[in-house]
This record gives sequence, C-alpha cells and structure tokens, in this order.
Amino acid sequence: MRKKNKIKIIVNGKQMTVNPKYSLKNLIEKLKLPIKKIAIELNRQIVDRKRISKIILKSGDKIEIVNFIGGG
Amino acid sequence: MKKKDLFIIGKKTFSSRLIVGTGKYKNMLECAKAIKISGADIVTVAVRRVNISDKSKPLLMDYIDPKKITYLPNTAGCFTSDEALRTLRLAREIGGWELVKLEVLGDKKTLFPDAIETLKSTEILTKEGFKVMVYCNDDPLMAKRLENVGACAIMPLAAPIGSGLGIQNKINLKIIRHQTKLPLIVDAGIGQASDAALAMELGCDGVLVNTAIAKARKPFEMAEAMKFAVIAGRKSFISGRIKPNLFGSASTSNKGLI
Repeated sequence: MRKKNKIKIIVNGKQMTVNPKYSLKNLIEKLKLPIKKIAIELNRQIVDRKRISKIILKSGDKIEIVNFIGGG
Repeated sequence: MKKKDLFIIGKKTFSSRLIVGTGKYKNMLECAKAIKISGADIVTVAVRRVNISDKSKPLLMDYIDPKKITYLPNTAGCFTSDEALRTLRLAREIGGWELVKLEVLGDKKTLFPDAIETLKSTEILTKEGFKVMVYCNDDPLMAKRLENVGACAIMPLAAPIGSGLGIQNKINLKIIRHQTKLPLIVDAGIGQASDAALAMELGCDGVLVNTAIAKARKPFEMAEAMKFAVIAGRKSFISGRIKPNLFGSASTSNKGLI
C-alpha cells in the first residue's frame, strides 16, 4: 500500500509533486503566478486560461509556463 | 494637401519608425527608460519559461506597459520551424498578439536565418491569422518568396545580429526596396546612428535596434541618437536628394562679384 497517492508532474523542466485532484489553477496559485501575464502548455497543448480550474493534473504531466522577457 | 508620411504595419499605424529590442540591458529600469527616450512605439520581446524558483524576479510587463507600447513577440533562439511556431502560439496566448516577429536561425555563430524553415513558418503562421514580420537575409529572391507566402513586413539583416557592423550590402537593400511595397525594416547589424540614417535613406520604412543602444557606453544618449537618425534619414529619403555630381557647383552666385 502506498502511503499517499502523490502525483508527480514536471513544471518547466523541474519535477514537482502535488496532491491528487490538484487542478492547474491550484498549481498556478501555488506558484503565485500572474495568470494574465503568462501562457501555459500542458503536454505540448496550449491551455485556455479560462479552463485551468477544470483541468486536473495527472501523473507524468509536463507543464510549461512562459512569459515575456527582454529580447531583440 | 500634403500626404502624411505614415508608417503602417499590418493595417496598424505607428508614429515612430524606430523599433527597439528589449534585450541586453543592465536591468529593466534601464531598458524602460531607453525605450521611452528612443520614442519607439514597438518593442520586441522574447518568450521564455517563467522562473518558478525565484518569483521575485521582475516581470517585463511591470516595466513596459503593453497597453501603451506595442509588444512584438519574437522567436529569438529558435532553430526550427516547430520551435518558432510553438513560441509564437504561446506568445499569442499571453496577450492576444497577432503581430509577431519571426526569426528562425540556421547557424549559431553567425545567427544567419534558415531561409527554408523561415519560409515554411511564415506560410503556416499567416494561415493561422498571424501578421508575420520576417527576419531574413538581404536576399531579394527570398524576400519576394516571403512576400508571396504572406509576410506582412520584410526584415532583412544589415549585418549579423548584435555585430554592429552596419549596412554591408546597400545594393541588396535597395533592390528589395524596389521590388516590394511591404514595410521594409532593417533588423540587425546597426552599430551607430549613421547606420540607422543610411538604412532610412536607402528607402527602408523602419529600423530595429537593440544591441547598439543597450550596449552603448551611454544607452540613453544612443537611444536618442537613434531616434533622430531615423527621423533624419526618413526625411532625407522622402525629400529627394540631389543628383550626385562629379564636379563642383558653386552655392553662391557670381553676380555682383567685386
């Protein structure tokens, strides 16, 4: 028996563990990211920010969160 | 009535013909101030991963307000069409930007564009509704092909990105100017204000400058110099220069000479 059903995900290349039934919105809030200034990809698919509360993270999910930085 | 000299890209009118990059500055504050002084109303920005371990890092959007200045997301650092498409789709998701700058690099040392990947990406992005300004070599044939697949602006390099070598092939830029009605913007290689003025005098519609301002000993002064150089070069171009003459022609009449 596993003690906890922790979910392993990868966010911007780094491994993280979250609780079961953890939504993408929970993750963004935990990371304290300004939702209007970022874009999110879940397993190479762009996520509509209006839907993030409905997306429940699964083990092995790869999440990319990007923003704008200085560039030429 | 005098026709106004407008700078239009993708149906949008801009007041400054100088586009400024936001990379390589010491900090965001310096970047924001240089942009203000340059008078630019378009700035290029890059798309990168959010730093999730250090959230205290300042955000570009907190310093440069995208409501006041047009963000031009670019694909700096992308070496394939797939990477570039992914980057710009994400950029659009951040803020709904459709005007984008495509650059697909082909070589890490020279940062020359990969013409084939660039062409492919331009076509796909245009079909997806993007207005694509395209970084390309100063090759008139490729410029024409990019135009044919829907580019909204042609952005040839004057010299390698960040090199500051100035305009290396005036003739090619003139030929591209001659063949296209699309906005023509020199994208890379500007080193000093006179390079920007020369680009404008060759008939370019605009100039994009990043390193030459950000890495100048006095970035704010250089930002101002670039602003005036672009204005001066444009005015010089539209004013119709005199025909070059091998011999002298006195500016003062001999009438009444003692």
